[in-house]
Amino acid sequence: MNPSQENHSQDSHSQDSHSQDSHSQDSHSQDNLAHGGAQKRQPIDAQPVLQLKGITKRFPGVVALNNVDFDVRPGEVHALLGENGAGKSTLMKVLAGKHQANEGKIILGGEEMAFENPKHAKRAGVVLIHQEQSLVSEMTVAENIFLGSLPKKPGNRVDWRKLREDTEKILATLKCGFQHDDLVGSLSIAKKQMVEIGRALVFTPRVVVFDEPTASLTDHEKPVLYDVIDSLCQQGVGIVYISHRMDEIFHLSHRISVLRDGEYTGTVNTADTNEDEVTRMMIGRSLELDHASKPGEFGETMLEVRNLSVKRVFEDVSFNVRKGEIVGMYGLVGAGRSEVAETIFGLRTPSAGEVVLDGEVVQFRSAHDAVVSGVALVPEDRKDQGLILGMNCRDNMTLASLSGVSSMGFMKSGEERAVYDKYHQAMKIKTPSWRQKVGNLSGGNQQKIVIGKWLNTHPKLLILDEPTRGIDVGSKSEIHTLVKDLAKSGYAVLVISSEMPEVLGLSNRIIAMYDGRVTAEFDGDSVSEDELVQAITGMAGSSPPKAQAG
Amino acid sequence: MTSLKGFFRGKTSIQPIWIFVIAIFIFFSFMSEYFLSLGNITNILVQTSTIGLIALGMTLVMINGNIDLSVGATLGLAASLAVGLQEISMTLAILAALGSGMLLGAINGLIVWKTGVNAFIVTLGAMLGVRGLIFLYTGEESFYSMNFAFSDFGASTIGPIPVLAIIFLLCTLVMHLVLTRTGHGRNTFAVGGNPEASIDAGIRLGRHMMINFIIVGFFAALAGVLLASQMGAATPNLGRDYELWTITAVVLGGTKLTGGFGSITGTLGGVLAIGILRNGMNLMQVPAFYVLVILGAILISVLIIDKKLNAPSTKEVRI
Repeated sequence: MNPSQENHSQDSHSQDSHSQDSHSQDSHSQDNLAHGGAQKRQPIDAQPVLQLKGITKRFPGVVALNNVDFDVRPGEVHALLGENGAGKSTLMKVLAGKHQANEGKIILGGEEMAFENPKHAKRAGVVLIHQEQSLVSEMTVAENIFLGSLPKKPGNRVDWRKLREDTEKILATLKCGFQHDDLVGSLSIAKKQMVEIGRALVFTPRVVVFDEPTASLTDHEKPVLYDVIDSLCQQGVGIVYISHRMDEIFHLSHRISVLRDGEYTGTVNTADTNEDEVTRMMIGRSLELDHASKPGEFGETMLEVRNLSVKRVFEDVSFNVRKGEIVGMYGLVGAGRSEVAETIFGLRTPSAGEVVLDGEVVQFRSAHDAVVSGVALVPEDRKDQGLILGMNCRDNMTLASLSGVSSMGFMKSGEERAVYDKYHQAMKIKTPSWRQKVGNLSGGNQQKIVIGKWLNTHPKLLILDEPTRGIDVGSKSEIHTLVKDLAKSGYAVLVISSEMPEVLGLSNRIIAMYDGRVTAEFDGDSVSEDELVQAITGMAGSSPPKAQAG
Repeated sequence: MTSLKGFFRGKTSIQPIWIFVIAIFIFFSFMSEYFLSLGNITNILVQTSTIGLIALGMTLVMINGNIDLSVGATLGLAASLAVGLQEISMTLAILAALGSGMLLGAINGLIVWKTGVNAFIVTLGAMLGVRGLIFLYTGEESFYSMNFAFSDFGASTIGPIPVLAIIFLLCTLVMHLVLTRTGHGRNTFAVGGNPEASIDAGIRLGRHMMINFIIVGFFAALAGVLLASQMGAATPNLGRDYELWTITAVVLGGTKLTGGFGSITGTLGGVLAIGILRNGMNLMQVPAFYVLVILGAILISVLIIDKKLNAPSTKEVRI
């Protein structure tokens, strides 16, 4: 453990970081971000702590990495960018000892290393913070942080006192509102991530790799993570930061490196570049984000939600969605957005209020009822809720509409193929064959399969919960265009999102939710970012914070 | 090794268990002069039909992400009912036997569905409880069939082929079609692969679970009736350990305990593998205790090889 966290209070843009109060954390971050656009970080001039030279990694039949160079300087945040499948994760797995490179060198602090396994890399000071959390929910924070390296007394007994003291030291660095003896299962996702980071701090790290650390965090929770990253930097740790979110990358990083199709395309100083250039490096062309126009012709009301409540989750929610219209539902995680969608979809039972679909009051008792009545929900978590990862593409595509491709209970494989081919072509899904297991596809293609699955049920109402979470820029814009086209062809669409640019770019109207209530409804074309942020943080009236729009 | 892997992964993927079945078949053909004859081969089919029938249902239950430990007891109860009720009416006896299996399956399924208690626990309880019911019903006595039509049926043949073997193969074909060609089969895979995603896709998960428990209950009862007709009797301890043999056969056939993956063709291979090994070693006069040791060792080895062959080496390659 490096004991130099005391310096943290002198952090240049931290006014109040000792406070555990989330509101002051928040205003601090907004201050942070307000300047972020203007003051990009200048590159740090130092000898790299870590160098990867000419890394080549081959898998049977595929070259995943081809002669890639990468380096990290102490105290710097080096962002690594690339579309899904570009080789970022493979490169980081080579670095962390999970894979061994076929060619190339890893030089850490001037010494050439050959990491045989993750433990070896960890001991040398290279730590990977995983995208998917790997914590044991039934154990305490302390036990999780020291999992596999519990302090021992003679006789192989656990030294509980030392465990507690060491954990408290680490928690002091992280400044997060939980105790060493809290059960990990009882913590929020953001706090679990802090525990995961705490794990990295057990071995004095020299390089820490963050793989999509904010994928499951709300705008509200990110500043805590940024503070931790800043404090690591001040201790001279080199940070590798992988993310799809441009705003974060430009806010945090000193330098940006880009991979494309397993090849290294270059490194730029964040201060000297802009999003357009980086995007061009990533996809080899300049991307016109969301330039397809929003839908403009609306029909009659398809969904009307009247005073809907679920006890202790959300209350008195009312809104409507018309045919051909995209309504965005914007709010923080925990504001009750997904729960409203689940209630409309029949997964939760409302305690009050009603749902009117296509002029009829409906009360779904199960998701099955909702599907039959023409409601489709593209869920928040593709892998857990949307797909059967071990099944092939075709079978996933027809999962919600089996009755349409079978007769007397027997499948008609010809019709099933036709359904698959139709959406495969319409959405440009990249798969070698319908036999491919969806677990092997990239996030963007997986999401297209989920959307295709629902389109084939011919729904009246399409609900998309975080439709582009964890998806690369190229696929993201394709999915946005797809959603707009669907609305234009007459679907009523409800989009739930935590990303402001997405909500603003897609929605005709925006419903803002805070703490289980609808706080405002805006016109999607005229609303300002300030108004939206106020509405979703329950701070209407106080000093307007600046949103982090890309 | 890589070429072997490629072979198994090819489009016409041959399941590893079938390679194993063919290998031991050839092995015993050379080792014993009695092995390779029509009589012995149909004999193997008859010997395996009991466990085979249950394994068909068990495959669906396991792909569905559940397990049924009560099949041995269900078999015992059905056998006792089929023999014990014959005095009243033959038809009634058979219907009551089959009905008892389906009812027990339905109860298992209903409890798993409605309470969410793990199927392992629910059917473990059912295994103990149903065995108790058998003792209550029979008063710890064996029943003997006085009806010769019943006991002759177990030994009857159509041409050279025993009726029991034909029933088993027909049921195998039907269950293969149910699993691969019907919506119920597809949803069985889906529910086992990812229950949450299945619910969200509007699949009525409980209904499919229950159907599969009823199917396995039916096959356990059918196996019980056929076994009783083979023996012309039913003993209260009939079917002990059958759940273990069944699960062994299904797992040998490549069905995953975690659900979402498996096949009837694999299960047929697993059933035959066990049948051939027992029969072959018997002909070679291997002492019975060694047979158990060898079967146990083979089960574990086959699963290790399967795991090695299916090691996810291409998993990192994303498209």
